Amino acid sequence: MATVENLPSPSTERPIGFGRLKRKEDARFIRGKGTYLDDIRLPGMVYGALLRSPYAHARIVSIDTSKALAHPNVAAVVTAKDLETLGLAWMPTISYDTQAVLAGDKVRFQGQEVAFVIATDEYSANDALQLIDVEYEPLGAVVNARKALDPDAPLIRDDKTGQHDNLASPTWEAGDEAATDRAFAEADTVVERDIIYPRCHPAPLETCGMIADFNPKTGQLDIYNGNQAPHVHRTVYAHVAGLPEHMIRIRCSDIGGGFGNKVPVYPGYVCAIAGSIVAGVPVKWVENRSENLMSTGFARDYVMHAEMCSKAGKITGLRVDVIADHGAFDSTAQPTKFPAGFFHIVCGSYDLEASHVKVKAVYTNKAPGGVAYRCSFRITEAVYLVERMVDALALEMKADPIELRMQSFIAPEQFPYETTTGWTYDSGDYAKTMRVAMDIAGYEDLRREQAEKRARGELMGIGVSFFTEGVGAGPRKHMDILGFSMNDGADLRVHPSGKAIVSISAQTQGQGHETTFAQIVAEELGIPPEDVEVRHGDTDKSPYGLGTYGSRSTPVSGAAVAVVSRKVRDKARLIAATMLETRPEDLAWEKGRWYVKGDPEKGALIEEVAERAYSGETMPAGMEGGLDAQVIYDPPNLTYPYGAYIAVVDIDPDTAQVTVRRFIAVDDCGVRINPMIVDGQIHGGLAEGIGIALMEVITFDEEGNCLNSSFMDYLIPTALECPDFELGETVTPCPHHPLGAKGVGESPNVGSPPAIVNAVIDALHETHGVDHVDMPCTPARVWAAMQGRPEPPQ
Amino acid sequence: MQVSVTVNGEVVSREIEPRQLLVHFIRDTPGLTGTHWGCDTSNCGACVVLMDGKPIKSCTTLAVMCEGHEIRTVESLEVDGRLDPVQMGFHERHALQCGFCTPGMEMTARALLDENPDPTELEIRTAISGAICRCTGYKNIVSAVEWAAEYEASQRQEA
Repeated sequence: MATVENLPSPSTERPIGFGRLKRKEDARFIRGKGTYLDDIRLPGMVYGALLRSPYAHARIVSIDTSKALAHPNVAAVVTAKDLETLGLAWMPTISYDTQAVLAGDKVRFQGQEVAFVIATDEYSANDALQLIDVEYEPLGAVVNARKALDPDAPLIRDDKTGQHDNLASPTWEAGDEAATDRAFAEADTVVERDIIYPRCHPAPLETCGMIADFNPKTGQLDIYNGNQAPHVHRTVYAHVAGLPEHMIRIRCSDIGGGFGNKVPVYPGYVCAIAGSIVAGVPVKWVENRSENLMSTGFARDYVMHAEMCSKAGKITGLRVDVIADHGAFDSTAQPTKFPAGFFHIVCGSYDLEASHVKVKAVYTNKAPGGVAYRCSFRITEAVYLVERMVDALALEMKADPIELRMQSFIAPEQFPYETTTGWTYDSGDYAKTMRVAMDIAGYEDLRREQAEKRARGELMGIGVSFFTEGVGAGPRKHMDILGFSMNDGADLRVHPSGKAIVSISAQTQGQGHETTFAQIVAEELGIPPEDVEVRHGDTDKSPYGLGTYGSRSTPVSGAAVAVVSRKVRDKARLIAATMLETRPEDLAWEKGRWYVKGDPEKGALIEEVAERAYSGETMPAGMEGGLDAQVIYDPPNLTYPYGAYIAVVDIDPDTAQVTVRRFIAVDDCGVRINPMIVDGQIHGGLAEGIGIALMEVITFDEEGNCLNSSFMDYLIPTALECPDFELGETVTPCPHHPLGAKGVGESPNVGSPPAIVNAVIDALHETHGVDHVDMPCTPARVWAAMQGRPEPPQ
Repeated sequence: MQVSVTVNGEVVSREIEPRQLLVHFIRDTPGLTGTHWGCDTSNCGACVVLMDGKPIKSCTTLAVMCEGHEIRTVESLEVDGRLDPVQMGFHERHALQCGFCTPGMEMTARALLDENPDPTELEIRTAISGAICRCTGYKNIVSAVEWAAEYEASQRQEA
């Protein structure tokens, strides 16, 4: 790999092990030498393009592909009829539902895949799409989750035997209903809110795509595809296409962001594979931005009703009822036993007496999905709801929102703490973290400034959120996806010269795994991180595991790498004892070296042990040569990072434009392996949180037309909408993770939207009587709230 | 139709369809895949290259419009094994994660510093506001451009 040269940082700045090590992967990216999917060209490759439905709900009367087939550069046009002969017209979703690969009977959302054209070049493939004649018979569409179960709502999934309404799941419950009723009966204050977490989209800068290369002579299927879970994808393709799993190889190379959007299997992937099997040449399919926004995994879309109560100044109970909009096919991503993901973590960071949560899912004529946009399985929705409700309660009690939280926090001595919905939080000192955030913000000064500004007619708001996340799914006794345990592997090989390769099943999309995981091996073995190469993204060359999402890389894969390093270190101890002609128990470890207790001069460096392990010299009795090890890590519990966030917003009284002036984020993610990378992750998630709170939304008109199908309408924050983030930290090591780490990637996206919305309401409550605004807090919505008008529908 | 465009100092002549976009021209013909496309609508900036020194979005520029013009891509930044200070700054200040927006950001930053060697934070934020980064929240990108400006100032002083 090319190295970053002529940089002024002296090598002494490079720590062995943990610390602010600059990233190894930068060398290729700063030169524009990354290899993303669309950069790959194979000999003889042809190009695919998808024809998509203009209607949200319509019966397909006929499809005429003859004109497209007559195009001189078109090799094939594939429709549902062709796929039926291959048994590929429908595919399973991640939620045990089915999804049409290409629509045969009906289209069920605008942008649904209808036909797949294969041509010699991308321009011709797209030209040919215009030559396909599809006759549709439009049907009424359901776009509002609250109306999906109305008796007169059109039936969306008439393909499913026994499906007579648009219910996508039975009602799923957590907590204790009777105990919750008692808590409410005994409460002195109760508040109630209807809160929507609107549909938004991860929109990674690189869209989704695939190159499928089936070799008819050998039966080998080579797949190039940026996805977050390559091993699971391979297993799914083996099942769906009936191909032997060991003859499928997925290579991910570099991925231009994922954020949950690259977890699912999409119809375009199956079309590319089917196309290559039929055509016998490599087929590339890359979606454009509109296809990405209109058809691939969206996030959220939770319509929530909540009540929260308090007694004697402390939060005591929570009651939640949710309608989850899963779109036309239920492909929401979550572990099998948790149909609403981890939403029942909704009791937050508080020591409640009781809580009760109900969630049911409905089908609508909208794109399928329900992926976690930088979130661990619906935790974002849960945190948003509870943190909005705490602020609503504080308003009702006329209490300071921080004071109410402080009174209600789970106390440090209560950990491990079992919540009223069944989670076992591992560790925390919430009040300490909250105080660090208040200090950075200068909370009292901010309140004074707010009062002064209010007197002058200026609108300034201070919003708080405090979140607890459960990340690092997960223990095999509790969770699986499609029957696969959520464990991850690591394979460490130390070569005779002491240089090492560690192969992992996590899949980076920019998280810096090549650096962080090298640092873990470096810390554990005491060799420089430059001497550790991290291998991932190739199913032929990495151990099985469930991939990267749900902030699980460090909690699961990171633990696997620590454990495998310790296995190698233990083996090195036995070899060193033979080398030093002593007993293993007489040796002590310091970074990079086993030495004789009482005679520290006498020792063996890990490099010397490695050389010995591959040499012709004697090994310990019964031990095989070499210095390597392999593990599959099964986490004993999730990890529970938490944080205190404070947003300061200004609102233009004439235009209702919300500006985030300051954002303070204090995260406790346990031990930080590379604090520079951790900070970077937090910055990125905060920007996405600002986007969700203020501008990112996918909406539909009544006919089901998607109104946010390009970056002209799906707005993403730029450098001008993001403040200079102010970060802080506390460190409470995770008691069960081998490194004490907890995971962090998603915390900022989870914690920031409620802080911003709470700040908007804080700015407007006293002067305008506003006690609720749904996201995104666009000028139009905030203006309507300021005028006391109902918000524009979404 | 025939078109000749100077890309990173080399004249690229080719028979193309008039509708071919510059981003495809650059990626296809000389195979310079450092220039990415991300949105098709001029919003994301992953495709930014310099045309006669000014940043343009190559996803909404026809290759034929560049006839006789000089195009610079990210691949031109490193000269004889020496990184451009902008590239150094991005590495120093952890201004990239997935790397997909990086080439466009770097070219935008290069154009800014060529025109304004000592930009304020707001000038940097304004200059890169035509480009989207999903990973970094921009804080470290702003910091990287500041690093490059300071480094170039120190180099000028030494010279």
